Amino acid sequence: MILLYLRLFWTFLKIGLFGFGGGYAMISMIQGEVVSRYGWLTTGQFTDIVAVSQSTPGPIGINSATYVGYSSVVNAGYAPYWGILGSFIATFAVVLPSFILMLAISKFFMKYKDSASIGHTLTGLRPAVVGLLAAASLLLMNEENFSTPQANPWQFWISVALFAFAFIGQQVYRMNPIHLLLMCGLAGILLF
Amino acid sequence: MWELFKTFFHIGLFTFGGGYAMIPLIEQKVVDEKKWISRESLLDLIAIAQSCPGIFAVNISIFIGYKVGKEKGAFMSALGSCLPSFVIILLIALFFQHFREYPLVDKIFRGIRPAVVALIAAPVFKIGKGAHITRTNVWIPIAAALAIWLLGFNPIFVILIAGLGGYAYGQFTKEGE
Repeated sequence: MILLYLRLFWTFLKIGLFGFGGGYAMISMIQGEVVSRYGWLTTGQFTDIVAVSQSTPGPIGINSATYVGYSSVVNAGYAPYWGILGSFIATFAVVLPSFILMLAISKFFMKYKDSASIGHTLTGLRPAVVGLLAAASLLLMNEENFSTPQANPWQFWISVALFAFAFIGQQVYRMNPIHLLLMCGLAGILLF
Repeated sequence: MWELFKTFFHIGLFTFGGGYAMIPLIEQKVVDEKKWISRESLLDLIAIAQSCPGIFAVNISIFIGYKVGKEKGAFMSALGSCLPSFVIILLIALFFQHFREYPLVDKIFRGIRPAVVALIAAPVFKIGKGAHITRTNVWIPIAAALAIWLLGFNPIFVILIAGLGGYAYGQFTKEGE
């Protein structure tokens, strides 16, 4: 159990340290570590957590770290109060690198601002972040989230339609993400 | 100090959808009401926070906290901006496990899951524009996505390589001049 806590801490420390490109890029990293590497959560559980993190107040990164910290411990068969400790550890770990780094930058503000090396590093990072987001969405397009045409054609095609609806609503019409999730939840009640 | 905590607690509690959605509220509270920093320096801080790792909103709060009250101010601001999330999510997590089993809740989430995937897929194109992707560097996001999706590469590893690659490329072109 101590090992699980240490791994949680180390995992979220890395995510906080290398989490360039905002909340969704972090989600890709959390998925890479928590679902693909350690198997603390299934893809479906992870998607639920993203849904809740998206539709509650606060930054997605903090929300998902707190939630994943809790669920990973509880999924491993421990009592909920140990899960609370897990969520504390994950949240603390994801913020710690920010805290140290931002303090350092605040102290040496101008030095950092004009550094050409930082600029070059970012020219490599920014396009890769786009790839991270693409990979996260591709990895989440699986049986757990969409079903398959063989197993349940009704759910599969409805899921594809809901995906298209939410994608166009967000991309073209700039609809509020929470409204989109609520509408799709309602469609779930009516159609499934 | 207490003001910093209260202000960022308020901001954390009332903004949905993460980082960028918070900017207007931060501007209103920190620049207009409290007059802690000027609008120009807020824009500077936003630009720097964007190019830093970590959670954007937390980064901003640490910057402003430090400006107002040094290390202690930074700590209080960070605490204030994280606490609402932490408490709300914990409450949901504690009860969600029980609700998740209900057929009605299951139906809701079966509808929501594809939408979540769409919400992650949509910014690919929006952020793609902001990242200045051209014909010469379009291979980077494609290679990154394929490495993670098909070859099972760790996203953190991919980010590390991309950053080092950009840095090395910068050093290389500098020498060529």
